[in-house]
Amino acid sequence: MYLGEASIEYQDGVYIQGYASIVGEKEGQGPLRSLFHDVENDPLFGGDNWEDAESRLQLRIANTTIREAGLELKDIRYVFAGDLLGQLIATSFGLKDLNIPLFGLYGACSTMGESLSLGSICVSAGHADHVLCMTSSHFASAEKSFRFPLGYGTQRKLSATWTVTGGGGVILGNSGGIARITGITTGKIVDYGCTDKENMGACMAPAAADTIAVHLSDFGRCPEDYDKIITGDLGSIGKTILLDLLDERGCRIEKQHMDCGMEIFDSEKQDTHAGASGCGCSASVLCSLILKNICSGIWKRVLFVPTGALFSPVSSNEGRSIPGIAHAVVIESLEQKG
Amino acid sequence: MIYLKAFIVGGLICAITQIFIDKTKLLPGRIMVGMVVIGVILGAIGWYDKLMDFAGAGAGVPLSSFGNSLWKGVKEAVDKEGFIGLFTGGFKAGAVGTSAALIFGYIASLIFNPRTKK
Amino acid sequence: MTGSIKEHYDSYVKNVTPTASTLKNVWNAFWIGGLICTFGQLLLEGFLALGMDKDTAGYYEMVCLILSSVLLTGFGIYSKMAKYAGAGTLVPITGFANSVASPAIEFKKEGQVFGVGCRIFSIAGPVILYGIFASWVLGLIYWITHYVF
Repeated sequence: MYLGEASIEYQDGVYIQGYASIVGEKEGQGPLRSLFHDVENDPLFGGDNWEDAESRLQLRIANTTIREAGLELKDIRYVFAGDLLGQLIATSFGLKDLNIPLFGLYGACSTMGESLSLGSICVSAGHADHVLCMTSSHFASAEKSFRFPLGYGTQRKLSATWTVTGGGGVILGNSGGIARITGITTGKIVDYGCTDKENMGACMAPAAADTIAVHLSDFGRCPEDYDKIITGDLGSIGKTILLDLLDERGCRIEKQHMDCGMEIFDSEKQDTHAGASGCGCSASVLCSLILKNICSGIWKRVLFVPTGALFSPVSSNEGRSIPGIAHAVVIESLEQKG
Repeated sequence: MIYLKAFIVGGLICAITQIFIDKTKLLPGRIMVGMVVIGVILGAIGWYDKLMDFAGAGAGVPLSSFGNSLWKGVKEAVDKEGFIGLFTGGFKAGAVGTSAALIFGYIASLIFNPRTKK
Repeated sequence: MTGSIKEHYDSYVKNVTPTASTLKNVWNAFWIGGLICTFGQLLLEGFLALGMDKDTAGYYEMVCLILSSVLLTGFGIYSKMAKYAGAGTLVPITGFANSVASPAIEFKKEGQVFGVGCRIFSIAGPVILYGIFASWVLGLIYWITHYVF
């Protein structure tokens, strides 16, 4: 049932039937190390180049997630997946051998929210029994395509974030399961004119603030109705901005707010500056910390809001701003039902 | 003594550039282009050679010295060959630095593989 | 504060964004950059002592500096130094060599021509272009003022 300005509420809920996360070495040394399904210490994932590495990572996430859900390849009706590279090459080349109908998505680092939104719409409408929603990012492939060659000597600004090598996948279905999605709010493109590639939190925070505010008003809820409101990869500066922007709208979420980008690394010890970013950041934190806490009933209801910065090296060379987008997904534990 | 002068002058050029990087949002590529162009200009007004005489490698190693050599190459070629010297001088003067970087850089690409950061 | 955050977003963001300790950065750039230049001077004096003239000694000095920088780039050490030294490793000729070698290595997987061949100039190309162009413009002025009039 559609609600308010930009939301859908699912009457029966769409069920999360399995999930998995796989990350690289640096992520595997961070605070969440024990919560991931797999940590791969080879940055090439057995591949030949960074793009191939990310493709292999995607394939491994897909296979692991399907196995975790106790399903087989043939049970999956659709895959909703994407990545950060040009023309989604990590997804296309990684998942081509799965032989499952695929929707390739680009939402920058908000892709996990976009894939869960579209996947849940598909399942709730009865168009599929099981769908796989997943995404990934790789530090080296992202640096190479968006910044500089890795051997080039530069200093990262304090506002910069570290692209996560890793990703996560979720199987959605219409029954059973371990948690459920009860609603979504789809983000609009929000542009406050920020142009600083090294301060992505500032580019994306306005979008996150807008989506969260619209979500609460569409559902007629207040922040206290959630145990956690979790943004994707705003980092420490983006978090400050988000709280200020929402405060301005009369909405205070300090108590509930958490940012995946500030959870996955220890920014002091691992020298990541403002936090983490990349599609794989929110995806791998969702498929470790967040879903574990929801499944065990520690959190009853969570608003998951991955955030993306919509730009390309071309748009940024042409001096255009960096607009943001954020998609909200309501995830609830099964215990709360009724 | 020349070592101390090289250290201080070379260090100062780097330090001033660092202030520039920290205070503006200029990317390193633009900084490097700026250094070379400044070197060309300082060469043309005759200051860079004086700095080189004073500080030796302290002025010779920074990238601005590449600009200075380009200028000197063009000037000398114009003096010797006239108008066509405008087209022969620059690349001749910059030949050693450019060739060494390209040749060694290419050989490095054959030997080394990309590595990620931690 | 007047007006909403959106209306003065740029200055608001500047306010909440921490900036690096410039003093520490500048000091690191100073001593590492200075040290690289001193190393250059050492090489220069060495080649002069071998009986070379000033120009030739300078060429050999440059070749040695570039070779060391390319090797450090290949072993992944130059980018680690740069993280600490900033302009101290960017400004010397070694930074130019790093900007040539690093894309050559990074893009080798994309082939000899379109990978290494094109990308080797991705950072160094503009330096060469604008250096050559600026010296041509000033040379033209020099030619006009000294030989035409």
